[in-house]
Amino acid sequence: MTRATRTSPGDSTTPEPAAKTGGRRAASARVRLPRIGGLRGRLIVTVVVVALISAVTATALAYRESREAVLKRAQSAAVDDFRNSVERLSPELDVPADPRSLARFADEVSSGLRGSLVVARYREITAVSAPSADRTRLTPALRAAVRSHSRVSIQRVEQGGQPWLALGAPVGLDAPARHGSAARPSGVEVYAVVSLAEEERDTAELVRSVQGGLVPVVLLSAVLALLAARTALRPVRRLARATRRLATGELTIRVEEKGRDELAELAHTFNETAGALEHSVGELREQEALARRFVADVSHELRTPLAAMTMVSSVLEEDADQLTPDTAHAARTVSAETAKLARLVDDLIEISRFDARAVALTVHELDLAEAVRATLAARGWSDRVEADLPPGIRARADRRRLDVIVANLVGNALRHGAPPVTLTVRAAEDWLTVAVADHGPGLAPETARHVFDRFYKADSARARSEGSGLGMAIALENARLHGGTIEIAPPAPGVGAVFTLRLPLRTDSAS
Amino acid sequence: MPHVLLVEDDTSVRDGMELVLRRHGHVVDAVATGEEGLTLLSRPRGGGIEIAVVDLMLPGIDGFEVCRRIRARSQLPIIMLTSRGDDLDVVSGLEAGADDYVVKPITGRVLEARIRAALRRAGPAARTDSDDFAGLVIDRAGLTVTKHDAPVPLPPTELRLLLELSAAPGRVFSREQLLELVWEHDFLGDSRLVDAAVGRLRAKLEDVPAKPRYIQTVRGFGYRFGPL
Repeated sequence: MTRATRTSPGDSTTPEPAAKTGGRRAASARVRLPRIGGLRGRLIVTVVVVALISAVTATALAYRESREAVLKRAQSAAVDDFRNSVERLSPELDVPADPRSLARFADEVSSGLRGSLVVARYREITAVSAPSADRTRLTPALRAAVRSHSRVSIQRVEQGGQPWLALGAPVGLDAPARHGSAARPSGVEVYAVVSLAEEERDTAELVRSVQGGLVPVVLLSAVLALLAARTALRPVRRLARATRRLATGELTIRVEEKGRDELAELAHTFNETAGALEHSVGELREQEALARRFVADVSHELRTPLAAMTMVSSVLEEDADQLTPDTAHAARTVSAETAKLARLVDDLIEISRFDARAVALTVHELDLAEAVRATLAARGWSDRVEADLPPGIRARADRRRLDVIVANLVGNALRHGAPPVTLTVRAAEDWLTVAVADHGPGLAPETARHVFDRFYKADSARARSEGSGLGMAIALENARLHGGTIEIAPPAPGVGAVFTLRLPLRTDSAS
Repeated sequence: MPHVLLVEDDTSVRDGMELVLRRHGHVVDAVATGEEGLTLLSRPRGGGIEIAVVDLMLPGIDGFEVCRRIRARSQLPIIMLTSRGDDLDVVSGLEAGADDYVVKPITGRVLEARIRAALRRAGPAARTDSDDFAGLVIDRAGLTVTKHDAPVPLPPTELRLLLELSAAPGRVFSREQLLELVWEHDFLGDSRLVDAAVGRLRAKLEDVPAKPRYIQTVRGFGYRFGPL
């Protein structure tokens, strides 16, 4: 969000169209591919998992209950059929039985039980309704139960993945093998194995239909989760966007406070925070502006008395030779200090102009060598600086400001560095460089970091040096005004401090 | 004994400047308001005043207005004295017709140098002949300029600028060269002085100031006189 598209406080609650469409596009992309890590993804996964667990649990419970019910009904039907058949046929059985009558008995019982496998035993004789049938489903436990009980014993057997019902009962001689009645045992035992596969199929069908229903349930829960995520995430995303814009300095941004939920509370807190921030930043800016105006005003007010003092002190200085030595010294001191004060005030006014952004470039095409030579000549430095000025480098720049920069760099080198001071002008591609180097000890890293600070003095013993302490700061501001920089070369053996001014060869005249 | 009119409202500054100027051999009329200064100038032959040093910030009518009123009736060299030095003030002052401006505080030496330079411009030029450039007649001896026989009154800086430019028609002068030739600054001057003076000259000489014939701009280099 650039400053140019900043919205006014009135409509700051609604993002501008560009952000809106951008956000929607991003949101739709996220709908198609929900991030698992994201809040939306997690919400969907959670809801779907919960839906699955409840559906599966309900299905499992229902399956177990219905299977039990179905099997129980099938079982009691089978027991009834078995008992009826045995009761109906037992009078025809001769005891002691021979294998033939036993076999016939088994066959008849079997036909009463829709062709289930029936086994009849009498002492050592065993008769089977279907000779090839597997009799292992009649377990010893069932046989023991039949021998000890007079009623029908049942056992559910799982074999080959199929459920079977094994039934067994002793055959009474004249009385029916009724539950609880004391019939005279005939010594014949009859067993039947009934298949429960059909019932199993029915319950399996139930599971399959529930399984079919799971897919729409999951889909529906995902959709519901998406909807829930949307309502929860939209304010969150709006809040995130507003926070980002707040961080970029758009302090007037506010979000909509809708509803009474926690998100609305969060939005309210955000708005309160943004309001407090805006207020305190506004106060700070106001204070800063006041402080700057104060400096500017004080500097301007200082100018008038300084103008009078400068005038008068120059008279004093001119006449110093005719005064007594003490008075002459005093006159020269006043004159020198007045000049220093005048320069400091000039620099302060210049700095406050930069702070108030009230500076404009007056750009002209100029010859670099000529401009730099003029700067050196105007200050009487031509003999003290080794200048390497290739002819023919032309640039569009503000002559006065370029003069200020070069004068500050060279003056700094002459004051704080050691001779020889060299100045090198070069042009490469679209950039112009003016490197000023001295052969002093160079800059300590700590000094290099602060050399452009206002009133920074590298050496506290030199606290009152010739400069105002603002020169380098002004030089840097002037370079920036041109769209350029001033760089300090890293320390190297045998070379002192090297300051390099980099300016675009063509500066626009806009300020 | 150059006669200087000093308009400055601050007593100390006025006294200090008066002291310095007197020591440099000037006759000084020092006043606190623009109205008083204009009254002095309205005496016969301007009261013998040869140059005016006018503060910008004045009670009553300000320095710009004083400058404009002087310009309306005389060619007197004017140096503007400003305590602000903001670009806008400088440009407004120059456009009001000032020949030069100095930013306070200023040393007596510098003020003296600027006054002498401004006065020199009003003095006789080197060549003593007359040139006719398509109806624009520049009399280098009498220091008068006429256009189609109508006199064009020019203040010293503008006259000097025109003399220098027309001395070598077709030659391109950079702003810096013109600063040296006309304003005689031995320190780094401000090229806006040149631009402002050229602007005023054009307003008086050219038929269509927006499309100058006499004083043409050479983009990126400076100005030249002609070719016509």
